[in-house]
Amino acid sequence: MSNAKKMMYINRKAPYGTIYAWESLEVVLIGAAFEQDVSLAFMDDGVYQLTKGQDTSGIGMKNFSPTYAALGDFEVNKIYVDKESLEERGLTLDDLQHLVWEDEDEDWAEKDSIRLVSRSELSDVLADQDVLFNF
Amino acid sequence: MKLTIQVNEGPYQHQSADSAYFFTKAALEKGHKIYRVFFYHDGVNNGTRLTTPPQDDRNIVNRWSELAKEHDLDMVVCVAAAQRRGIVDDGEAQRNGKDATNIADGFRISGLGQLVEGAIQSDRLVVFGD
Repeated sequence: MSNAKKMMYINRKAPYGTIYAWESLEVVLIGAAFEQDVSLAFMDDGVYQLTKGQDTSGIGMKNFSPTYAALGDFEVNKIYVDKESLEERGLTLDDLQHLVWEDEDEDWAEKDSIRLVSRSELSDVLADQDVLFNF
Repeated sequence: MKLTIQVNEGPYQHQSADSAYFFTKAALEKGHKIYRVFFYHDGVNNGTRLTTPPQDDRNIVNRWSELAKEHDLDMVVCVAAAQRRGIVDDGEAQRNGKDATNIADGFRISGLGQLVEGAIQSDRLVVFGD
């Protein structure tokens, strides 16, 4: 991975209402094949993308939220969630899906993918990236 | 500097479609290299030759086509986004049984991998959108 770029996908919008969230996830899934150092950030209304128990039956749209649980299988396992964005919306970590990945180096031990970070910590992570995809 | 440009919004609806064009043109004039221009989300609508804006307005699609011709730009329309929104070239028309095409000169339809590869190959990915 020495030549890999640090690529972060920033998700700022609610999962439904506009197509940005879903089409962002499509880039993440395709991009996983490029073996880069990938991470995701969820901030602002983007934190709603990870909420559990989504039900889209009333709006005639596909509920794509189960796809986030598959990200670990694509070696996408650094998922930063902005703590303040959650708090501003009355949400806690318990409202989000429990996303995990299996660590090949530790006998496939199951580990949490979500990293709850403060806004200032997230800003440091952003500054450390080579490429920012912004959705 | 080598740049990949991502255009996320449709023409006439959103100024970022104009800004992307002006930025790309200015970057070329300053001697920068444009590795690729990638059209995503409603941005794929920048690539339909069937637009007919009023005569006293700018022609956003033709503007891109002319810039591409002048500078040999690689302008890629995302296939998944294009299929949803009805942007069609000969290959897509054949594959999906469509009775028409509408892709404008200088644009080609390809996969999202072209965006990721562009970001990897370029010094900067510059995104225009909301």
